[in-house]
Amino acid sequence: MKRIVTYMKKYKMLFIIPTISMFFLIGLDMINPVITGIIIDDVIVDGEFHRLTGLLLLLIAITLGRAVFGYIREYLFDFAGIQVGLDLRKDLFDHIQSLPFEYFDKTNTGEIMSRTTRDVDNVWEVVGFVAGFFLEQVFYVIAATTMMFFINWQLALICTLVFPLLGYLAVKMDRKMGTAYEEISDQDAKLNTKAQENIAGIRLVKSLNRENLEKKKFRRENKKLYKLNVKRNNILGDFHPKIEFLSYFSTILVILLGGIFVINDQMTIGSLVAFNSFVGMLVWPMRFLGWLTNSLSRCNASLKKIFMIMDEVPKIKSPENPVSPEKRQGAVAFQNVTFQYGEDKILRNIHLQIKPGSTVAIMGATGSGKTSLANLIPRFYDATEGQILVDGVDVRDQDLQALRKSISVVMQDTFLFSDTLLENIKFGSEEASAEEVKQAMKDARVYDFIQEMPNGLDTVIGERGVGLSGGQKQRISIARALLKKSPILIFDDATSALDMETEYQIQKALNKRKNTTKIIVAHRISAVKDADEIIILQEGDILEKGNHHQLINQKGYYFNLYKNQLGDVTLLNKEVI
Amino acid sequence: MSVNTFKEDEAVQQSLRLSVIKRLLGYLRNYKKSVFFALILMIIAVSVNIINPYFIKIGIDEFIETGNTQGLLFLGGIMLGVNIISMIASKKRIMIMGRTSNKVLMEIREALFNHIQNLSFSFFDSRPVGKILARITTDVNALTNFFTDSVTVVIPDLITLIAISGIMFWMSVQLALAAFITLPILMGGLILIESTFRKKWQIFRKKNSNLNAYIHEDYSGIRVVQSFARERHTSRTFHGLGTELNQSFIGAIKFADGFWSMVVLSWGFGTAIVFWVGVRLIDSGTITIGVLVAFMGYITMFWRPVINLTNFYNVTVSNMTSAERIFEILDTPPDIKNRRDAKELPPIQGKVTFENVSFSYDREERVLDNISFTVKQGETIALVGHTGAGKTTIINLLSRFYDVTDGVVKIDGHDINGVTLDSLRSQMAIMMQDTFLFSGTVKENIKYGKPDAADEEIIQAAVAVNAHNFIMGLEKGYDTEINERGSKLSIGQRQLLALSRAVLNDPKILILDEATSSIDTETEMLVQEGIHALLKDRTSFVIAHRLSTIRNADRIMVIHDGKILETGSHQELLENQSMYYKLFTAQYQFLKA
Repeated sequence: MKRIVTYMKKYKMLFIIPTISMFFLIGLDMINPVITGIIIDDVIVDGEFHRLTGLLLLLIAITLGRAVFGYIREYLFDFAGIQVGLDLRKDLFDHIQSLPFEYFDKTNTGEIMSRTTRDVDNVWEVVGFVAGFFLEQVFYVIAATTMMFFINWQLALICTLVFPLLGYLAVKMDRKMGTAYEEISDQDAKLNTKAQENIAGIRLVKSLNRENLEKKKFRRENKKLYKLNVKRNNILGDFHPKIEFLSYFSTILVILLGGIFVINDQMTIGSLVAFNSFVGMLVWPMRFLGWLTNSLSRCNASLKKIFMIMDEVPKIKSPENPVSPEKRQGAVAFQNVTFQYGEDKILRNIHLQIKPGSTVAIMGATGSGKTSLANLIPRFYDATEGQILVDGVDVRDQDLQALRKSISVVMQDTFLFSDTLLENIKFGSEEASAEEVKQAMKDARVYDFIQEMPNGLDTVIGERGVGLSGGQKQRISIARALLKKSPILIFDDATSALDMETEYQIQKALNKRKNTTKIIVAHRISAVKDADEIIILQEGDILEKGNHHQLINQKGYYFNLYKNQLGDVTLLNKEVI
Repeated sequence: MSVNTFKEDEAVQQSLRLSVIKRLLGYLRNYKKSVFFALILMIIAVSVNIINPYFIKIGIDEFIETGNTQGLLFLGGIMLGVNIISMIASKKRIMIMGRTSNKVLMEIREALFNHIQNLSFSFFDSRPVGKILARITTDVNALTNFFTDSVTVVIPDLITLIAISGIMFWMSVQLALAAFITLPILMGGLILIESTFRKKWQIFRKKNSNLNAYIHEDYSGIRVVQSFARERHTSRTFHGLGTELNQSFIGAIKFADGFWSMVVLSWGFGTAIVFWVGVRLIDSGTITIGVLVAFMGYITMFWRPVINLTNFYNVTVSNMTSAERIFEILDTPPDIKNRRDAKELPPIQGKVTFENVSFSYDREERVLDNISFTVKQGETIALVGHTGAGKTTIINLLSRFYDVTDGVVKIDGHDINGVTLDSLRSQMAIMMQDTFLFSGTVKENIKYGKPDAADEEIIQAAVAVNAHNFIMGLEKGYDTEINERGSKLSIGQRQLLALSRAVLNDPKILILDEATSSIDTETEMLVQEGIHALLKDRTSFVIAHRLSTIRNADRIMVIHDGKILETGSHQELLENQSMYYKLFTAQYQFLKA
């Protein structure tokens, strides 16, 4: 709760002004019953009719004042609330964006999604509406109670007897509600994740005929959510009527005891009526107590979840005094690099020198550490030991944004945004000219098929690029990377879904980029054989290193691979070739 | 196309559609008894509420003015009793309505989810995951208060309004008329504010949906965002969308906030008028002081339901959009479903026939054009061709993920349109381009298609495709937890798991759609050995770019522009010196140093 106050401080005036308006409002409200009392006692009972008009005009003036102050209060609280909501949401969004890959490896999108949307909504509701409302109710209670003490302190004392009881109930309810809301929020995220996985994997579900299993799984989680909601509702049902009853109880007390006071001439009817109006003012805040507690508990539960993410330290960030290389030309060096992920050592003592403008291919069995090696260069992860130098400077000493801008990565897992093809290709290079876009598209071999699309570059594609084939998606993400024109280009198995001819064409285009360092992770000999250096990884170690001819002569792993892949061609069909 | 980007506003209904409300309330039909009971409890509580000021009137007029202490105590006792009853009734009502409305929500959510399971691929092609997901979560949640409120706010508030007006007129017609004199002005003002507010509020809702869609995409594509160092840019876009949202909110709230002031004004003027008239009526002896005091109480009570009802109307109008979106999905018929006369497909041998099959996704461009072929039982067919030639489509038609536009697809002579989807798909296994794993253990993922598989079977399947070794190398072997899209595993490893999954199902027809593209050659060869052994009695279709995979096939079909260009064994096709030969020799060149 304290941390949200820091956010509110920024809009101090937006909170202070409506609070002041609120004070006026409550002050005016306090005068109303007094006037009512005077009208009854002086005008009606004592017959001073000439005072009626004046009193009624005063009543109308008060009404006008209430309308104006009321508007200011509502409007400014709303205004401040949504600003705080936006600030909080933006901070959360920015913070999540700054978290390293490692965080996203273990967190489901559905969860951080509901933190940024629903949980912030819960907080915003409280800041913009409930908090002000709560304050108002508290002031009302204080003001009304004070007035009551002025009119008749004995009666007032008796009325306030219910307060401690109310407070006790509210605190108890808050505690129970808080736990309930946390459980609901967790279950909500679980159900979200379940549904998201199902929809994202629907093709698999259908192909394996598992719809019924999925329905059963969903039903189970859905039922759990239902039970938690009923539980929460029952807490409300348990406390709310009790609180409501206590508020009426005080009214009954007033009529009974006040009536006896009037009968015994210790009080006038007028002041009893006025007193009763003040008790009436207490009834609503008391009745709202249950509802308020409910909102505050929910907000608190949400804040806890939000700040749990905010407290996650972005392990990979720019140093305070970044060093930038003299010239960004694309030299990469690995010095004794070891990388451990979880308990497994993925890379061991890797030494590697990559010259600017050269092409380096990385091969190796599934899980041998190829992707990890590529991921260390743009600092998607940090090396456990040793250092990686880009253009002579340790990547950890460089400005992260500048480093990443100098590297284009095409990842294994293609992701396209639901936006137009043009926006997707221009992602990362907004200032690119139409000519440059065209060239990148031609280089990535997407130009032709995009031309054939109904709206060409303006065609909107779905999230994860549904509607395009795997190969088309890969080529678009290649175009995106090529347009960026950075000194280092990393292809992480980026051509796996392409046929060899397309792959070959793309490679030809790549080779024209003499000033770009190309790091290519691949499985096919065809994709790597022209590289200046080929590195074979095995379980995190460099097994072989050299160019195509050197490795062929070594007659090791690469040679066998080559024999296998080429063997497909030669051994069977000598006569054709 | 119904594809939406985050920039596009979704269409939203402008007015309240009675049919939608009726349909929603229809869900309460199964809970008639509960609702009825809750209503009775509600009426009890409301009656007590209404009667409380009247008790005070009696107290003042009958007992206090006359000095009857005993009577007063008696009255207090009655009030206490009545309010205790009301408390119990409230508690029961909250519990009953809470259970009912949450149950209805659960039913709607489940119906929606289950319906989505039955929808065909074409539905998913045109919609981003995030937007479908929003239906199940956000849209259903938006209805949370509808069911409770429609019973516990609308009905009791209407009753309260009528009852209060009735009592006021009964106590004093003149005074009641005086009290209601400001009502028409208030109503006029409310309607004016309301209609403007509603329009502005809907803009706010749209902006909210846009922002959420954007956040969802950003989080899903976070790796791309970070690798392109675009955080500042996305943060700016976010801020822009957020600011739009705030402005639309403030634009709407400007009007809504005037609402309260309107009520205050009406109440204030009404009270003044009531006093003005009331004093005269008391003077002439028409009414007592007690009546005037009770009137004051009733006037205060009158405005609360008016505010509540207007709020309910507002919330309902904006939430009806959610209801409509839910119903839109529920009303989408699954394109692909069992025909009414669908039969079980008996255990198959695996003969596949395409007879003059054409297919078009959009009814304009033909992806497949009049294709015919027959595949014998146990044959392995490789489909070769450029990206987008129609290879995947052939496979999608065979597994009936789409229905043919023209022609017939037969398995063992049975038209696949005439058999049940269950019996058809349970006899084939498909491995797709896009490997998908569920969060859960490795074991759970492998046995996904066959939940009752024994551990030995699972290991056998993994051994068959050579996944066993890498699985044993994982932290907890088969019990290692993997998450959404298998982030911790490399793509090749994911593909191996998917292969194990397909193998475990022991299908008669096996389809591999670029299923091994990211497995290194060495592993793939091992996988091929495993698959080869498995393929013996199975018909299989293989789409691959790698020659090693292709040349082992019994027959190769070259697909070009939706047609079969040539068919034959590797040897035959090379001798043909046509397209396959060209593809092949080109590849040889790429390999040759």
